[in-house]
Amino acid sequence: MSTVPVEVTPQQYKTEEHPIWCPGCGDFGVLGSLYNCLAGLKVKPKDLVVVSGIGCSGRTPGFIKSYGFHSLHGRVLPVALGVKLANPSLEVIGVGGDGDGFAIGGGHIPHAARRNPDMTYLIMDNSTYGLTKGQYSPTSPAGYQAGSTPYGSIEQPLNPLAMLIAYGASFVGQGYSGKPRELTELVTQAIEHKGFAFVNVISPCITFNNTYKVVPPRLKEVPQEHDVKNRAKAFELALDTQSVWLGVLYQNPRPTFEQEVSHVIEKAQASSPPRLEAIFAEFS
Amino acid sequence: MTTDYVFRVGGEGGEGVISTGEMLTLALARAGFQIYTFRTYPAEIKGGHANYQVRASDKLLLSQGHWLDVLLAFNEEAYQKHIQDVRRNGGVLIYDTDSYQPPILEGVIYYGVPLTSLATEKIGIKLTKNIVSLGVLAHLFDIPLKVFEDLLKERFGRKGEVVVQKNIDALHVGAEYAKQIPRQDRIQLGSGSRGAKHLVLSGNESLALGAIASGCRLYAGYPITPATDIMEFLARELPKIGGFVVQTEDEISAIGVVLGSSYAGKKAMTATSGPGFSLMTEMIGLAVVAEIPSVIVDVQRVGPSTGMPTKTEQGDLYLAVYGGHGNCPRIVMALTSVEDCFYGIMRAFNLSEQFQMPVVVLSDQYLGHRKATVPVPDLNQVPVIDRRKPQAEELAGFRRYRFTPDNISPMSIPGMEGGGYVAEGLEHDEVGYPAASDHENHLRSTQKRYGKFGQIHQIANDLVRLYGNPHPEIGIIGWGSSEGVIREAVEIAQSKGYSVGALHPKILYPQPIAKLKEFIEGTKAVIIPEVNFTGQFATLLRKRFAYDFIQLNKCIGLPFTPQEIVDKIEEVAAHVHSSRRSHPAAV
Repeated sequence: MSTVPVEVTPQQYKTEEHPIWCPGCGDFGVLGSLYNCLAGLKVKPKDLVVVSGIGCSGRTPGFIKSYGFHSLHGRVLPVALGVKLANPSLEVIGVGGDGDGFAIGGGHIPHAARRNPDMTYLIMDNSTYGLTKGQYSPTSPAGYQAGSTPYGSIEQPLNPLAMLIAYGASFVGQGYSGKPRELTELVTQAIEHKGFAFVNVISPCITFNNTYKVVPPRLKEVPQEHDVKNRAKAFELALDTQSVWLGVLYQNPRPTFEQEVSHVIEKAQASSPPRLEAIFAEFS
Repeated sequence: MTTDYVFRVGGEGGEGVISTGEMLTLALARAGFQIYTFRTYPAEIKGGHANYQVRASDKLLLSQGHWLDVLLAFNEEAYQKHIQDVRRNGGVLIYDTDSYQPPILEGVIYYGVPLTSLATEKIGIKLTKNIVSLGVLAHLFDIPLKVFEDLLKERFGRKGEVVVQKNIDALHVGAEYAKQIPRQDRIQLGSGSRGAKHLVLSGNESLALGAIASGCRLYAGYPITPATDIMEFLARELPKIGGFVVQTEDEISAIGVVLGSSYAGKKAMTATSGPGFSLMTEMIGLAVVAEIPSVIVDVQRVGPSTGMPTKTEQGDLYLAVYGGHGNCPRIVMALTSVEDCFYGIMRAFNLSEQFQMPVVVLSDQYLGHRKATVPVPDLNQVPVIDRRKPQAEELAGFRRYRFTPDNISPMSIPGMEGGGYVAEGLEHDEVGYPAASDHENHLRSTQKRYGKFGQIHQIANDLVRLYGNPHPEIGIIGWGSSEGVIREAVEIAQSKGYSVGALHPKILYPQPIAKLKEFIEGTKAVIIPEVNFTGQFATLLRKRFAYDFIQLNKCIGLPFTPQEIVDKIEEVAAHVHSSRRSHPAAV
């Protein structure tokens, strides 16, 4: 990551485009924390790429002074992987919602997790489809009543944290949009983590699934003594769905995808001169 | 007298049919012949019928040929399936006498060889019967044994001396046995007279090499027949030159990685076949609206759905041209020969960079999997073009999607100071900000994206090939892998006195309107041969030209042979001369 010597303020990362979110949306808290993280880490806008999918969260790149890619519904991770592989020196942050990430895009998460590219993936989890007016999402509780489930949802919600720990993500954390200071600290750790860092942010939808009253009583800080390298203990926390655990549940660095790629290239080049003519010679 | 022979090997899948064909092909190429292979194989890995055909000649080969000069049939099924293709005026059948006894057909020469018992009794390994058969072929038709010996050393060298020696012994057992066969045929190969240095490449290999030459340094894909060997080739070769292959979780991800990479400044591509290409269409729309250079190869196979995975078809043209929602301009190219796979993919990368749009490149199983001798590629023939990047003065208040006279905007790359923007899938303004409710801007932006077609029409006109009479009475418009077959058919028809010519565009969309118009105008009839059921290219052309095109459609999972085209030319010529009006379209 590149740094600049001068003082950097969160304000410097704001664009002229004003967020289209409803007043009171949790995503404002996530965006504010992101500005703080970027300023704190002095990330150069020219070296930052924010990739998004579709949904309320999808508009985030437009609000951050940097490079951005507003891609397709559910396709944040493939696009972000392409960006990172093209230029590993870029800081890559993927943002999405629970529908974008866990429903339509759910098939990409295990593969991003096991490849371990050095990027951050932030989910703004409001447990609803806000942009299509409140249908149930993969993280909505059973019984959730809305347009497409007038008699209540009959599906169990998925567990993002347990899923990511199972898939082999090297960093798994959770934050709450209503606790911006803690969230800034968590996202900063995620960005600094070398590898695939997943952060689930509980970010209430004030219009269609207002959980501002029900979430806070369930919030619990990950205990100080929790060993973030202990995967089984991390599972224990993740499986306790009565509580909303905040902080880093699991962090265990291993070589990144880009590092492994360069090893493959070194191995291949050890046996062959890097010229097209040398390849032609193999087919004569 | 020029040498021009067609060999076919047939037998049970998994018993060495393909490797026998491959070694025969390489041996003939190294002996100095032009080669042209054709293979069909079962969709299963083991079992089912497989065959491999190779044509060898001193002259440039344009098609797989029609009649077989030599059929090597390992079992009765192979005999039954292919005997009708053997030339009845001196074609040769070589069969395994341990396996079956074929009935005698008039005009066919029979050489029975106990391939299985020679392999089991003399070598002790039944599987070496295909190497025994190569020895038989080498002796009978005077292909230098040394060439085969070298190939066996290369092929089995890694398995150790013993294995190499067993195979060389098997080769000699076959050659020895062949000495006692009373010769009745007059097939003689020896050494060919092909000149300069050539490579033996399949269409897919040629394409992959061309991609490397284009500057492609990242490939993302998901295994799918018949495109997989592009990925496997690049997985081996790209890292040698600093690139990499990612095997993604699906085809949507593959094209997503390609768009991310290209956006960030590294040329990338993906290759797939129909089912994967269907999954990619939403991303093609994203590449159009966000104006991201990208190359998508579709090695077509028989569809719809899973279809016939190992068989060829030209059935994806509609999807290539129209796939996706909204007004969605892209470039569609079709590769025409093994050599064209190299230069064609280079042109595809250039077009995508120059016009900042997706380029769909159509190949097919017939082209992707056949091998041919091609001259060593000339890296200067298609100079590499890179996208337009912003000048320093353009970076102040940078507008990524700026409206320009040629509709091409400067494209910044992450890392470039002042070039920040959002590659946007929503309709957007010149800066890149979403403009999902600005009605006038949507029209202007759509005009910008389609406006690129003006220049592409010109390039398409330059990428048209004409064969035979340029102002013919009977014209043929073909596309893709049929080029050589049509060209050979035109030569045959011309030698019979017909006024025939063929036009073969390399860019199918947008079309080379001027060249097509000029060609069609002077004709009395135009035939459009396509390996599909409905005539997809003919349908596209009917939208442009009020002309009664005659379709020739083949939909059995196999390519045309020159004879089939010649037959159609003769039929149409007879009709043109009797009625003196254009032939009604036959669908």
